[in-house]
Amino acid sequence: MSETTDTIGAYAAAFERFETSLNGGADTALHGKRREAISRLVQDGLPTARFEAWRHTNPASMTRACFVPVAEPGHLTASSIEAFLIAGTSAVLVFADGRFVPELSRRETLPEGLRVSNLATVTDVEEPALMAALGAHTLGENSGFSALNTAFIHDAAVIAIDSGCTVDEPVQILHVRTSQPGLTAPRTLVVAESDSRVSIVETFVGMASGAGSLTASVAEIVVGRASVVEHTRIHLHGAEGHHAGTVHVAEEEDARYTGHSFGLAGRFVREDVHTVLNGERIESTLNGLSLPLGGDHVDNYTTIEHTAASCRSHELYKGVVGGRAHSVFRGKILVHQAAQKTDAYQSNQNLLMSDDAEIDSKPQLEIYADDVKCSHGSTTGQLDPDALFYLRARGLGLRQAQRVLTRAFAGELVDRLHHEGLHQHVDALVSDRLDAVLADPDHGDSL
Amino acid sequence: MLKITNLHATVEDTEILKGIDLEVAPGEIHAIMGPNGSGKSTLAQVLAGHDAFTVTEGSVSYEGQDLLDMTPEARAREGVFLAFQYPVEIPGVNTAYFLRTGLNEVRKHRGEEEVDAYDFLSLIREKMSLVEMDESFLKRSVNEGFSGGEKKRHEVLQMAVLEPRLAILDETDSGLDIDALRVVANGVNQLHTPQTSAIVVTHYQRLLEYIVPDLVHVLMDGRIVRSGGKELALQLEEKGYDWIREDATHADPVESAG
Repeated sequence: MSETTDTIGAYAAAFERFETSLNGGADTALHGKRREAISRLVQDGLPTARFEAWRHTNPASMTRACFVPVAEPGHLTASSIEAFLIAGTSAVLVFADGRFVPELSRRETLPEGLRVSNLATVTDVEEPALMAALGAHTLGENSGFSALNTAFIHDAAVIAIDSGCTVDEPVQILHVRTSQPGLTAPRTLVVAESDSRVSIVETFVGMASGAGSLTASVAEIVVGRASVVEHTRIHLHGAEGHHAGTVHVAEEEDARYTGHSFGLAGRFVREDVHTVLNGERIESTLNGLSLPLGGDHVDNYTTIEHTAASCRSHELYKGVVGGRAHSVFRGKILVHQAAQKTDAYQSNQNLLMSDDAEIDSKPQLEIYADDVKCSHGSTTGQLDPDALFYLRARGLGLRQAQRVLTRAFAGELVDRLHHEGLHQHVDALVSDRLDAVLADPDHGDSL
Repeated sequence: MLKITNLHATVEDTEILKGIDLEVAPGEIHAIMGPNGSGKSTLAQVLAGHDAFTVTEGSVSYEGQDLLDMTPEARAREGVFLAFQYPVEIPGVNTAYFLRTGLNEVRKHRGEEEVDAYDFLSLIREKMSLVEMDESFLKRSVNEGFSGGEKKRHEVLQMAVLEPRLAILDETDSGLDIDALRVVANGVNQLHTPQTSAIVVTHYQRLLEYIVPDLVHVLMDGRIVRSGGKELALQLEEKGYDWIREDATHADPVESAG
């Protein structure tokens, strides 16, 4: 931990400056959570390569120095974010370097029962349940970066869905990092009460390369009894962007949560997803697609925790890995003794697009109940040469044949998005990114 | 159209083709028969450009061009079509998209305009009726879950869409019942013109009742050991391959017809 000690000291000093800048805001329930988080960070530190959870992903580039929290957010215009907006959403919340941008956000015509706000307007007096939920679920294996996020929360997206309320059109949250260097701490809290339904899309955008910056994000999703939450994350960090994100999902009985993660750009992207199935008959699905290229490093670190009986979980993560990129997947399924009749399936599939690309795939089943059905599979390979030849024999060039096959491979995850606007948006992004992976100079045509 | 001269090819250092000579003129249908392992499918795949095979000797000239020097896609665009013995399943690639993309590549190469999704639909409907395929196949992934017969019809459909000048049918009859065989053969016959040629690779004489060849060649151990008219196929059906094998050991291979 010694190598991160100086870093932690610098964060503690930055916290004091941040506290001063908050002025009267330093006397709230929220600030109590920040203080608690900085204490935890000072006590536990940030992860190092010696941590089991960071075995294949050395966090040094994110921990060896303090990224000073961005004090003055950069300026955003409507035209600069236009390309990232999804058609047919019910609301849009825009954050620039962690600060809410009301003039670019849109939430005029919200259906009754759906509340979409910035944390600054959520008081512990009016919304005690929401305020209590914030930070209640953040104790995970990546807690160092979670604590860093909580300590430096400025604004945050808070989405509350009343019991029985269903909203088909997604709520989009745009977390934009401008060209300002330093730390940004995007934060999202979703509380879906019983029998409700909502779809949330978080887009992480880097407007500049991202050199000298770190995004430490946290999303907490509370999926109430018999509610249905879909949660899509689109990672479009700049080519040098560094991101340590954590998603905590707490599900109650009969709930359904579906997470979709699309890792489409970023030099170093680590995403921890920890979903806890706290009641019976829950169905939990984690989908992920990563398309790293060049010298990118991407690490999807997932945990599905079954604590109650008769739940099902499905997990499918895929990677198309080009250049010298390194893709890591850890999928843990933890089945507690009480979680009898658990049905859990996990699959990790990777396509290596160059000789220098690297994959680490680690399924981890930890099962304490004796009446369960748990299985996993992991495959890593190259494009099927017979399929490539078949396409070429019908007139498609080598590159185009590769494109068709990689798109088909990735398409399985894109096609799991059922909202038309979201599907089209992600499909276009994935298609562009696959072209970039195939055009990677390190990508040989020897396949 | 096609001139194969002393073609030798190996797979993983094992020589499969040991000197093939064959000439196909426009409008001709040639049948290549032979026992299992004689090299029939290898010849078909080498002509289509499969890189699992290495050509060690000989040459192939197609319409005056060095065919062996061309990529598989260049061959396809120039009008060489291989109907696969084992069509490949491609999950996630929609059949309509597959057919249209191939067609547009060929059209671009010919300097013709690309076909949009709308025009393609009317074109493909007509071609599908030729091989009695239901339109619902267009929405399915390429060959995924198709029966053996459906896969072979799909091969002929692709041929109908791409309109090749030289079609190579690699055991298109294998695994087909008599009705499917008739449909496939009918499709091939309707696509045949005085300007186009076909090489029909088959193990059995049965297909040749429907697709009548101008010439029949018998391939054994990587060489054409006998060539003749369509009656040769009937002789083979009657006597099997052994009598040729015996003949071949006593005499030099007959000249291949051109």
